Amino acid sequence: MIRNLMSAALAVTLVSGPAAADLVFPDLSYRTGPYAAGGVPFSDGYNDYFTLVNERDGGIGGVKAQVIECETGYNTEKGVECYEATKDKGALIYQPLSTGITYQLIPKVTADGIPLHTMGYGRTSAANGKVFSHVFNYPANYWNGASGVINHLLEENGGDLSGKKISLVYHNSSYGKEPIRTLEELSEKHGFELKLLPVDHPGQEQKSQWLQIRRDRPDVVVMWGWGVMNQVAIQEAANIRFPMENFIGVWWSGAEHDVIAAGAKANGYKAVTFHNVGDDFPVFDDMQKYVVDAGLAAGAGDNVGKVLYNRGLYAAMLAVEAAKTAQEMHGVAEISPAMMRDGMEALVIDEAKMTGLGMPNFGPTFNVSCENHGGLGLVGVTQWDAENQTWSLISDFQETDGDVINALITEDSTAFATENNIAQRCE
Amino acid sequence: MFYREAGDFKTSYVADGQTFPIRFDRMRYYAVLVAAFGVIPFFINDYWANAILLPFLIYAIATIGLNILVGYCGQVSLGTGGFMAVGAYGCYKLMTTFPEVSMIVHVLLSGGITAAVCVVFGLPSLRIKGFYLAVATLAAQFFLVWLFNRVPWFYNNSASGQISAPEREVFGIVITGPNASAWATYLFCLIFLTFCALVARNLTRGSVGRSWMAIRDMDIAAEIIGVNPMKAKMTAFAVSGFFIGVSGALFFSVYLGAVEVGEAFGIQKSFLVLFMVIIGGLGSIFGSFAGAAFLVLLPVVLKVLGVDVLGWPTDIVVHFQLVIVGALIVFFLIVEPHGLAQMWRVTKEKLRLWPFPH
Repeated sequence: MIRNLMSAALAVTLVSGPAAADLVFPDLSYRTGPYAAGGVPFSDGYNDYFTLVNERDGGIGGVKAQVIECETGYNTEKGVECYEATKDKGALIYQPLSTGITYQLIPKVTADGIPLHTMGYGRTSAANGKVFSHVFNYPANYWNGASGVINHLLEENGGDLSGKKISLVYHNSSYGKEPIRTLEELSEKHGFELKLLPVDHPGQEQKSQWLQIRRDRPDVVVMWGWGVMNQVAIQEAANIRFPMENFIGVWWSGAEHDVIAAGAKANGYKAVTFHNVGDDFPVFDDMQKYVVDAGLAAGAGDNVGKVLYNRGLYAAMLAVEAAKTAQEMHGVAEISPAMMRDGMEALVIDEAKMTGLGMPNFGPTFNVSCENHGGLGLVGVTQWDAENQTWSLISDFQETDGDVINALITEDSTAFATENNIAQRCE
Repeated sequence: MFYREAGDFKTSYVADGQTFPIRFDRMRYYAVLVAAFGVIPFFINDYWANAILLPFLIYAIATIGLNILVGYCGQVSLGTGGFMAVGAYGCYKLMTTFPEVSMIVHVLLSGGITAAVCVVFGLPSLRIKGFYLAVATLAAQFFLVWLFNRVPWFYNNSASGQISAPEREVFGIVITGPNASAWATYLFCLIFLTFCALVARNLTRGSVGRSWMAIRDMDIAAEIIGVNPMKAKMTAFAVSGFFIGVSGALFFSVYLGAVEVGEAFGIQKSFLVLFMVIIGGLGSIFGSFAGAAFLVLLPVVLKVLGVDVLGWPTDIVVHFQLVIVGALIVFFLIVEPHGLAQMWRVTKEKLRLWPFPH
C-alpha cells in the first residue's frame, strides 16, 4: 500500500516537474490573506497571458512557457521559501508583487544571476542600472507615481499649488513610505503643505486618520494603500463627504474592488496608472477565443479586463517581449536567466510593437538601457465612473518630474552601492 | 528493550547528575549532534537551509527563550515579536556601526540589549500576574513595533523604513548577505542553538531554574521558603530576553536579510512562538524543539504534498493548510494538553517496558 502510494507520488512528481525545454516563469502570487483581492486578478492576468502565448503562438520563439505558481500570502518568509523552491527549476524572471519580498530578493537575485522585475513597486532607486544590475522597475516607479499625482494637480490648478494642503494617507510599511521623500521635495518646489497620515497593516481601522482629515480639511488627499485598506479609505472618505475628485490614489489603490464597496459615493475617485484600462483591445478577443472559451483561464476566470488583471497581463507581456529580445540577441530559443537579463536591458516597447500584439496604447512607450532600468516613467490618470462601473483613462501617459526623481534615485542608489561595496556598471 | 536502565550503574555524582542519565538516550543525543554538525552541512542546499532548517533553528531559539518565561517561570508573555524586533534592530545598528566586528559578537550583544529591554518590560510582573501581565507585555509588543517604525535612527533613515543586512563575516567566512553559503549560515545558527539549549537546560536544572519553577507553581509559598520573587522573575525575563534577542538577530541578519518591523515582528509572531511553546510542551527544552519543528515543517510538508504531488491550486492548499494546522492544534491540546514533549515522555516510558508491559 505504502509502496504504491510512494510510486504514485513519484510518478506525479515526475509528470508535474518542469520539462527541461520549457521557459520557466515563476509566479509568486497571493490568493489568500488580506491582500488577496489585489493578488488574485494580477496573478490571473499573468497566468492567462502565458497560456495565450502558448495556445496561440505555440510558445515564445517556439518554446513553451511554463508558469510555476507559488503562494506567498504577501508574507516575506513564505516569499523566501517560494524563491528557493523555484529558483533551481530554471526560473527566468521573478515578479513578486510585494515591496517587502522585493527588498529581500534584490541581493539574492543579484547573487544568483536571475533578473527581478518590480513593475511599479519595489525599491524605486533600482531604476539606476549602474548599481542594480539584476533589478528592473520599468515602465514607472513609485516616485514617478508621486510626481504624476502632483503634475495632475498642477494641471487642474493652473500650474500653481502654493498654499494648498495635501494629505498623504499611506500604508505604514516600506511600500507606503516610498513616496514620502519625493512628495517632500515636491512640496518644497511647488509650495504646498504636506501632511502624513500612516495607516497600520492591514488597514481596516482608519477612523482617526479620517477624523483628522475632516478637521484639517485638506484640498487633496493622496493615498498609498493596498488590499483592504483601499476599500476602507474610500468608504471613510465617502462617509465624511470628502469630494472624490480631490481624492487620488497610486496605481495600487485604483481597482474595481477598491471602489465598488462604496457604491455611487465613490464616483469620481481617481488613480494614477502606467497602463491602460478596460477590455477594449484586440488582445482580449484572442484571450476569449484561446483561453477563456477553451476553459484554460486561471483562477475563477472572472477577472478578465479588470484593472489589476490588465496589470498582470501587461507584466507578462513585458516578460515575454524581453524573452523574445533575448532570443534574438543570443540566437537561442532556450534562454538562460543571464540571457533574459540582457533581453530586459535591451527591451524596447514602442507603439508598433504594442499594436502588433493587439494592445495599442496599452502602456507608455519606453526603452531600457544599461544605465536606466526604470524606463521613461510616463504616468497617466484614471477615474472611476460608479454608474457604469468602469475606470477610464482621463489623462494620457505623460512625463513626470525627472529633475527631482533622478536626483533622489542617484542619491539613494549611491548610498546603497557604498553600503554594499558595489562597483558602478555601464562605464 | 530501549531506554533500559538495567546494568547502567553510576559510580559518581557527576555521572548521576548528567543531562541524559540513560545510556541509550545519551547515545541518541550524541548521534543527533554528530548528524547535525558532521553530516547535514555536507548535504545542505539553499532550499533546505533557507526554507526549512534556518527557520527551524531560529524559531527553536525563540521558543526556548519564551519557554523559560512561560513554561518555567509562569509569566505569560505576548511580547515575543517585539523583543525579537529589538534583537533584529540592535543587530542592524551594531552591524552597520561596527562593520569589522565579528557577527558572533553582534548577535550576543543584541541578545544582551534585548535582555535589558525585556527586564524593563518585565517590571510590571512584580505587581501583576496572569492575564494582566499578558496585557502588559502586549503593550510592549505594540510599543516596540511602533518605535521601530517611528524613529528613523533605528533604520538609518532609509527611505522605506526597511533594514537590510550587509555582508558580514565570521573568521573570514561570509555569514550574512546573499553570498553566504548554505552550510555556513546553517552552522552559524546551529552553534547558537546548541549553545542556547545547553545553557537553558543547565539553568533550568540548577538553583535558578528551581526558583523559577517555585515561583511558577505558587509564588507565595516560594516567597515563604526563601525564594526572592523579584530576583527570580527578573532573571527569567533577562534570560528569556537574551534568547529571544539572539533569535531576532539571526532571523533578520542570517535568515531573511531584510525585514520590515510591522510585517516580520507583528503580533502574529508573538502568537506563533507562543503556539510553538504550547504545542511543544510548557517547561520542556525538548518540547521547544518539537514545537518549532512542528509549526515550521507542517506548512512546508502540506504545501509540497498539495501543490507538488497532488497538483492542487495554490490557494486551496493554503486554505487546507490553515484548517489542518488549526485542527491538529485542537487535537493535540485535547489528546495531550502537555504537548509533544509529554507524548515523547510517554513513548519513552512505554519503550522502556516494551515488549513486556507488565
